[in-house]
Amino acid sequence: MSKVVEYSPTRKLQELAQMKDQVLDHNITVSMGPQHPSTHGVLRLELELDGETIVNAVPDIGYLHTGMEKLMEYKKYQQNIVITDRMDYLNPMGNNLGYVMCVEKLLGITDEIPERAQVIRVMLTELQRIASHMVWLGTHALDIGAMSMFFYCFREREKILNIYEAICGGRMTVSYFRVGGLPYDIPDFVPGMIREFCKEFPKAIDEYKALLAGNTIFQARTKGVGIITPEDAIQWGVTGPSLRGSGVDYDVRRYEPYCGYETYDFEVPVETGCDVWSRFSVRIRELSESLKIVRQALDRLKPGSVKVDSPKIALPEREMMKHQMDALIHHFLLAGLGFEVPPGEAYHAIEGSKGELGYYIVSDGSERPYRVHVRGPSFVNLQALPVMVKGAMIADTVAVIGSLDIVLGEIDR
Amino acid sequence: MTLEMFVEWAIKMAVIFFLVLTADAYVVLLERRLLGFIQMRLGPNRVGPFGLLQPLADGLKFIFKEDIVPLEADKVLYVLAPMIALVPALMTFSVIPFGDKITLFGREIHFHITSVNVGLLVVFALTSLGVYGVALAGWSSNSKYSLMGGLRSSAQMISYELALTLSVIGPVLFAGSLDLVEIVKYQTDRWFGIIPKWNIFLQPIGFLIFLTAAIAETNRVPFDLPEAETELVAGFHTEYSSMKFAMFFIAEYTNMITASAMASLLYLGGWDGPGVSSFPILGPIYFALKVFFFLFLYIWLRGTLPRFRYDQLMKFGWKFLIPVALANVVFVALLALLLF
Repeated sequence: MSKVVEYSPTRKLQELAQMKDQVLDHNITVSMGPQHPSTHGVLRLELELDGETIVNAVPDIGYLHTGMEKLMEYKKYQQNIVITDRMDYLNPMGNNLGYVMCVEKLLGITDEIPERAQVIRVMLTELQRIASHMVWLGTHALDIGAMSMFFYCFREREKILNIYEAICGGRMTVSYFRVGGLPYDIPDFVPGMIREFCKEFPKAIDEYKALLAGNTIFQARTKGVGIITPEDAIQWGVTGPSLRGSGVDYDVRRYEPYCGYETYDFEVPVETGCDVWSRFSVRIRELSESLKIVRQALDRLKPGSVKVDSPKIALPEREMMKHQMDALIHHFLLAGLGFEVPPGEAYHAIEGSKGELGYYIVSDGSERPYRVHVRGPSFVNLQALPVMVKGAMIADTVAVIGSLDIVLGEIDR
Repeated sequence: MTLEMFVEWAIKMAVIFFLVLTADAYVVLLERRLLGFIQMRLGPNRVGPFGLLQPLADGLKFIFKEDIVPLEADKVLYVLAPMIALVPALMTFSVIPFGDKITLFGREIHFHITSVNVGLLVVFALTSLGVYGVALAGWSSNSKYSLMGGLRSSAQMISYELALTLSVIGPVLFAGSLDLVEIVKYQTDRWFGIIPKWNIFLQPIGFLIFLTAAIAETNRVPFDLPEAETELVAGFHTEYSSMKFAMFFIAEYTNMITASAMASLLYLGGWDGPGVSSFPILGPIYFALKVFFFLFLYIWLRGTLPRFRYDQLMKFGWKFLIPVALANVVFVALLALLLF
């Protein structure tokens, strides 16, 4: 029996009242991105606005999805290094390092990596951190309206990219680290270039501090904006400078040291403001700390081998191949078939420029990984964005996005 | 009204119209080159010597671009808005004096189209009209970003208009006239025969307020919220293309020149400078140099400062600038009472 809906004046009034509420609902929804100048790529935010105030923000990702993790299951272990470059394209050395160290862990050769290779790895990843922070600083300032900072930052980054180019020919997609060390040593003149950079860069930091950090408008735009409490930050899994800006002293380099970081003398900058300004200050201070590590690494550079002494994993020297039969065979097998990794699983995390960059690899004993998962810091940090921007203004959104330092290549993978 | 006078007006209008539009084009080029210099890049230098023909190329490009009207836009207002922005901006130059007067062909030629005894008010009335263009553009585009840009712009221009108007009371009190020519003539006097009586010396606070409010009024960095490239993409003119966009662009730069000209006239003695009394032809040159100084300041600021947030801008305007401007009015009035 069908239900008959009787006409009732009361219900009609209720319906009208509901409609009125809907009409008078002042919130408008704005789609910010994926083509927006300050969402750092193709991030889309669905902003619910009450005037200029943000009621709700929902990040919408996936516009840059390339299926990299899946792709890695079809490539040999050494071929995957090239894919890692393309994830966080501002931190390729770090991505390489995390991946090769995880594979080394599976192979059980972590302790066999020669000293020189370790030192070069530390030196280059710290330089990479500076380069990545340069892009962050430039774009962060640009988002807040200080246009010229962008160019001053890219000027310094260019010097680092030139160093990389001198080492391996690649500027952004370096693919320089290999499982078992490095493919070849750095050229003789490179330490000089790095020393030169170490001499010039402190001046640039002072310049940034004077031009941007000392600016009242910049301070007004960043202080007390995008607040996230330490508890919330931990709950959302925020890591890296974004977490340290909330007063939590956590740095993988300090608490899970790798590559001999425990032997370097450096500070882990922590600020307690929990706002955009604190995250800004942490990163600015990190620049000097990274420079300190680079200087120490330069002093430690001693001549020696740069790859593990294991012909089944590391390619032989070119010269040896011309004279030794077994070297040629090893080269042929390694290049053609790759190396097999014992079954098992491993997780290895490094402190990338944006936070804890972890690789989880499952091996089934073949020369290709069974599964690779990347814990991308940008992806995890982005989750905290809605918490930070709720109740803020539109202009704050871009400041907060800038302070999280996200790279969409890593988020979507 | 004789035929000669009519011809004189027509020629002056044509010349000033041409000069202002050319100045607009070259201020854009100057801005791009100067910003390039500040930011360690070259800027446009390919078209013609030093890129001097770049404005021409830009203009041609604007004309040939597709003129897009969004589907749901309010068509009449959408087309009208850029005109409302541009026309008053250009009209202000009818009362702005560029210099004193010279004798040419046996006639006394004044360096202004017309001299109204309320010239200052005319300029302010016309510049305030410009806000309608911006607000209507934001409204009629049927885009949320444009709407927000338009709203921000209206709020900002109305707030800063107050401080702007309050700050010019000083020069008016000193000169005892609203006529721009009279205000400048008062400043051409000298103290002790050397120091010029420019208003900036006795009213530095008024000058700073005027400058700040004028930058906000013209929507330039650090008050460029209506455009806010990195937040609202382009603000009120997001949906505009082709010559309609160019009209907004010209209006913005014309307003910049107007503001610079007003700052020079009210506080830096307009066309006053050494040797002007004997060679009045120098007047426009001095005037142009002063205007250029302010335009340079505009560009320099753009290369240096970040942008305010909307609420900070409002707070700064209402809670700081207007009280200071009011106090300044009292101060200047007392000063005028003591001096005259």
